[in-house]
Amino acid sequence: MKTSDAPAGLVEQSLYEVRKTIHPRAVHGWFAAWRWALVWATQLVFYGTPWLQWNERQAVHFDIVHRKFYIFGLVFWPQDIIYLTVLLIISALSLFLFTAVAGRLWCGFACPQTVYTEIFLWIERKIEGDRAARMRLDAAPLSARKVGLRAAKHAVWIALALWTGFTFVGYVTPIRELWQEVVTLSTGPWETFWILFYGFATYGNAGWMREQVCKYMCPYARFQSAMFDKDTLIITYDRERGEPRGKGEGKGHCVDCSICVQVCPTGIDIRDGLQYECIGCAACIDGCNQVMEKVGYPKGLIRYSTTHAMEEKLTRAQMFKRALRPRVLLYSAILGGIVVAAGVSLWQRVPLKVDVIRDRAAIAREVEGGQIENVYRLQIMNTAEEERNYYVVVSGLPGIHMTSQSQFELDGASSRMVTVRVRIGPGAAQPGTHPIQFQVSAVGIAGVEVREKSVFIVR
Amino acid sequence: MSQFTSSFWDYYIGVISVVSILACGVLLLAQSKRRVAGGQTETTGHTWDEDLGEYNNPLPRWWMWLFWITIVFSLVYLALYPGLGSFAGYLKWTQVGQLEQENAQANAQFGPLYEKFAGQEVAQLAKNPEALAIGQKLFLNTCAQCHASDAAGSRGFPNLTDTDWLYGGDPATIKATITEGRNGIMPPFGPALGEQGTKDVAHYVMSLSGMAADSIRVERGKPLFAQTCAACHGAQGKGNPQLGAPNLSDKTWLYGAGETTIIETITRGRNNQMPAHKELLTASKIHLLTAYVYSLSQK
Repeated sequence: MKTSDAPAGLVEQSLYEVRKTIHPRAVHGWFAAWRWALVWATQLVFYGTPWLQWNERQAVHFDIVHRKFYIFGLVFWPQDIIYLTVLLIISALSLFLFTAVAGRLWCGFACPQTVYTEIFLWIERKIEGDRAARMRLDAAPLSARKVGLRAAKHAVWIALALWTGFTFVGYVTPIRELWQEVVTLSTGPWETFWILFYGFATYGNAGWMREQVCKYMCPYARFQSAMFDKDTLIITYDRERGEPRGKGEGKGHCVDCSICVQVCPTGIDIRDGLQYECIGCAACIDGCNQVMEKVGYPKGLIRYSTTHAMEEKLTRAQMFKRALRPRVLLYSAILGGIVVAAGVSLWQRVPLKVDVIRDRAAIAREVEGGQIENVYRLQIMNTAEEERNYYVVVSGLPGIHMTSQSQFELDGASSRMVTVRVRIGPGAAQPGTHPIQFQVSAVGIAGVEVREKSVFIVR
Repeated sequence: MSQFTSSFWDYYIGVISVVSILACGVLLLAQSKRRVAGGQTETTGHTWDEDLGEYNNPLPRWWMWLFWITIVFSLVYLALYPGLGSFAGYLKWTQVGQLEQENAQANAQFGPLYEKFAGQEVAQLAKNPEALAIGQKLFLNTCAQCHASDAAGSRGFPNLTDTDWLYGGDPATIKATITEGRNGIMPPFGPALGEQGTKDVAHYVMSLSGMAADSIRVERGKPLFAQTCAACHGAQGKGNPQLGAPNLSDKTWLYGAGETTIIETITRGRNNQMPAHKELLTASKIHLLTAYVYSLSQK
């Protein structure tokens, strides 16, 4: 109204926004406890696993140089890439399932971005104080105290970030050797680079970027909303109960204390409804419940609820019953099926792989007495960790036999290329190609055998 | 090719690249700020379909810095690496140069592995398992395609595991064969001998190695052989390693035994080639390869 007829008041406006630092207030409660439980669980696993030993080697070791992934008793070779695919499919389907049921559970509780931000925030709180103190410190002029606090905070952050980078690299380079190298300052150039790289990523993302990662960088954050429907549990403000806000007669239960905004790590007001910035951490639920308790109203003004439940005033039982809708059942069924199939496949995995490569240019040769001979290279891969003997048997044509060595010794987790000569008698097969089979079996261990097809050529 | 030899296209590409990059910067500047009436800050000011506006949801400013970083990066990249027409870049980087550098690095790294054996006698190396393991790898990479993985050869490609050699099986000859290659040429004699003559010679040749042959043809073939073939294969058909002429009196047949094959060989000749490897393998690798090949027939 009055601005539109004031042409003189032209102002320059930036189309980019300077980020306003968010200082979430500390919060306690049921969901905060869960978040901390997950911080502990995930980080104990992450920081602790590389130190475990198994069979006189690191229990979990992704040996990229030798192309072998050791995970406790299992050794994965590049040929096992299918298991990585399966793992990714399981992760994706789990994300679909959890998101369909209860929104951005992953984001709020388990995502490394959330977990490390939580840890970094804790450090920040211990050094600089809670929200109000930090905001005062931000506004305060430069002083010895401010510089000291900031330096202390960044020093602790960087130390933790470097430890994270070190741990990360420790999954690839044996961590005990890496530790010796770090202590003696003799890490290799790439080890140094990756420790610093992951350290910097941790420090930058959890210390500086925080909610910006979720808001602007993360693709999952945006496409998870496509998996929401009206029966998805989301963090909901009960508008009917809460409004009109304020204290006193005729007002709703929301006392407009703004605690829900203060605790929010992405700086939004949940009372405006579902927003893409909401990572589903439930900090506002904990914050609001504390206030409700103090002012004597029932808890749950902000709570996990569904759009349907709010619209149609469903009871909790009705709401949870609707969780079992076709999409959830379908996700569960597919996920369960794949998990079981992957489990069975891992259980029945034979620690032996064989590739047969027939000699290509030297097709077939006639040897003494008119016998026909073909030559093959067998790549035998002993994926077990102990030394084993293997013997090769060929079958598929009358009188087919090997004239070269047929038993081979292989070290643990090693592969060996062997050349084998296969013969048939004169006239045992027509000119042309004939399917044959090599069977490679471990000496003295039942069930450890692999059959591979090839062809025998007669000319 | 004339369009590539003119320097016009170099400038054309260079100018377009630089102008495009700078234009990105200008666009970024132009689009980062705007003037609006005070207070009217809700929308971006863009309007579609008469009344459809867009809320101003600004990107964070650090995002804009990412754009600037890409612009600076591209300019630095084009200064350092080839990209602007024929300008080679200040680093003078080329694909060939990188390949050569990596080869030199690999040679520096693995060279000592081969050099270690370079001073030792072939006969000695043929008993050294470490040298033979390297030799076998070289053989599988370089030779197995023709001579088969077990080195026993195939039709037209000699068996290296027996004691029958075309040019000789002593270390020096094996090394010469690998280094310089061999050209085994048998000229065609079909036109000169005629159909019956060829068949007669074939039967005589068969008789040399004890195969069943027509005795009349053998008698007729004998003088023809002396005239036509003995110059290379010798009067008794024992062959000549100087020329690589095969011994015809043994059981080894490069192209297979039997009347049909022998007639084909005489009629049309054979042209057998072993490529020279001096350009492909270093001398120390050939030394190890020689030892491996030599070891195959020392049993």
